[in-house]
Amino acid sequence: MGIQFGDVVFYRRVDKGIRDQFMRSAVRAAQERMRTSRLRAAEELGDWEEWRRLGEEIRRHTLEHLDYYLEQLSDRVHALGGHVFFAQTAEEATSYIRDVVQKRDARRIVKSKSMVTEEISLNDVLEAIGCRVVETDLGEYILQVDDHDPPSHIVGPSVHKDRERIRRVFAEKLGYTGSAEPEEMTAFVRQQLRPDFLTAEVGITGCNFAVAESGTVCLVTNEGNGRLVTSLPPVHIAVMGMERIVPTWEELEVMVGLLCRSAVGQKLTSYINCLTGPKAAGDVDGPEEFHLVIIDNGRSDILGTEFQSVLQCIRCGACLNVCPVYRHIGGQAYGSIYSGPIGAVLSPLLGGEDLYRELPYASSLCAACTEACPVNIPLHDLLIRHRQKTAEEKRQSPLGERLAMKAFGMVAESPRLYRWGTKLARTALLPWEEDGVIRQGPGPLQPWTSIRDLPSPERETFREWFENRRKRGERP
Amino acid sequence: MIYNREAFLERIARKLGRPRISEPVKRPSHWKHGPQWRTLAGATPEELLSVFERQCRMIHTDVRRTESSSLPDVLLETIRSYDGKSVICSDDPRFAEFGLSSLFATQDNPYGLDVHIWNPEKGKINIERAEQADVGIAISDITLAESGTVVLMSGGGKGRSVSLLPRYFIAIVPLSTLVPRMTQAARMIRERIERGEAIPSSVNFISGPSNSADIEMNLVVGVHGPVKATCIVVTDR
Repeated sequence: MGIQFGDVVFYRRVDKGIRDQFMRSAVRAAQERMRTSRLRAAEELGDWEEWRRLGEEIRRHTLEHLDYYLEQLSDRVHALGGHVFFAQTAEEATSYIRDVVQKRDARRIVKSKSMVTEEISLNDVLEAIGCRVVETDLGEYILQVDDHDPPSHIVGPSVHKDRERIRRVFAEKLGYTGSAEPEEMTAFVRQQLRPDFLTAEVGITGCNFAVAESGTVCLVTNEGNGRLVTSLPPVHIAVMGMERIVPTWEELEVMVGLLCRSAVGQKLTSYINCLTGPKAAGDVDGPEEFHLVIIDNGRSDILGTEFQSVLQCIRCGACLNVCPVYRHIGGQAYGSIYSGPIGAVLSPLLGGEDLYRELPYASSLCAACTEACPVNIPLHDLLIRHRQKTAEEKRQSPLGERLAMKAFGMVAESPRLYRWGTKLARTALLPWEEDGVIRQGPGPLQPWTSIRDLPSPERETFREWFENRRKRGERP
Repeated sequence: MIYNREAFLERIARKLGRPRISEPVKRPSHWKHGPQWRTLAGATPEELLSVFERQCRMIHTDVRRTESSSLPDVLLETIRSYDGKSVICSDDPRFAEFGLSSLFATQDNPYGLDVHIWNPEKGKINIERAEQADVGIAISDITLAESGTVVLMSGGGKGRSVSLLPRYFIAIVPLSTLVPRMTQAARMIRERIERGEAIPSSVNFISGPSNSADIEMNLVVGVHGPVKATCIVVTDR
């Protein structure tokens, strides 16, 4: 689906999110639970601040020496008999993967959840050559069956759907006849997917972390679908963002611990699967052919800039779970597979500033995201930098906003105009007022009032109030 | 094969504002912070065991404790509690050391079990048998107390599917394999790498049964892998 999906107009997406009462309560509940588990897990661990500093130190060191570690990683994988493809662009990556699939004459593909393959629209490319691509993570599977509904959370892509919606989708698309009980629906999915795992010719996964020293690819899952995808099909293609790398197993261990705790509040998820090369001589299960595709796709343009620290991200989603804006508008409103605060920082960098210019404004700058980040990315600072760039360097803030600010500047500079303006504002806004609040404001006020209430201008302006007090002899 | 590497890495170096790194990078052997080494440091085996047992229950894993001499009985009892008739187990010399040879007899099994022992020479049949088996049994190579995790190293007779495809999974946990947390396991694996040894093509850290919380955040077990898991801790020294 690519990084971008849905309506291109940000305010319309927000509006849709705000109106979806069910989604809002589902997202709120999910957010609460994940946030609470994360806090409990951090507390159990103790020394959480020290852990975060260690995580940050490791990620920074790796990024500063990224070319070295990627070279070491690729040498290792090659020595083990695997193939490594460095892809500068999404097209390079997808055409390489398409070639691998075509060379095997493969038609059946199973995937485990991966953000980066979404980013490069891999499924579309493979489906275009006649492959059946099955997402095997339960949340991703639900979205895929539901006509490729976009994800709304980095860790729990289908948190916006309730069990009844899921039951209906399964019934309509797959002929499911059971109840809306999660246990029964899950058992149904298990039955549906087992044959796919056993007959697939290619398995595709992401890569949570790669270990440079040993050439290992590490997958963190709870369901074990990552294990099935990498144990049964004869070909395994792992796709990784170029920054998802650590020097050795000792750093891997630290990062995996931080990821599991920050993402789902577990000490470790059910399966941490560490794969080194294709299957060894004498192994029965495991792929005979292994490909690692390392993707830039805009990441190198972030290196050496004020945004470099965003590449420290380990995709845990902790920042989403504390964000008041995400809570109100839901993940789909971001129009990017990367939602929440990290999405608001990352999407303009990877998906293009033109497309995602508004996202950095979808933030209250309360810094809760920065505080939640397990690798100390200063997310709210980066959001401000984005805004500064938009406003100052590019001078491309939305036209309405620029005109309004210009008009405000003119009016505010002249005391007489200002007095007139503030008096007039109340009269002018009366048609939209309801109980002292402007509900669906006109023009430039609309985006604001559709999200939150704007108090009506006071009947008495400050100057009038001051004058009146003075006349009544009250002390200022 | 390695494709397109040079231009890709050159670009990274250029963006970082320096030439390509030609000398090996000295990874800090001591990071400024080292909280991972303090967790459960100095805990006795008995203390580690109680942490392990407590954590197993948290992650919906049954845990039993036994002496080496009663292991066959406890294991059989567990298999029967799962109504297990067909069993697949890895080919691990430790099974014989624990006196499990008669339990795992593949011909005329005295307990009426249909047993398959993973045998690389039989190829894909192993996977078919694993898919049909009620119970998969493996012995933990390293066990992490903090997270209730068994670590399984693949290779030869130790197929990945044994712990993955059957409906139930039983891990035998020798007490001697117990360490505080993933930190120690990672160090042990790294020592092998530093000695120039090959590491297994698959190292699995398994903590409880397969599960998911994708439907309204409800925890459901057995989405893809085993529906239930048991750890049998055996005193081996």
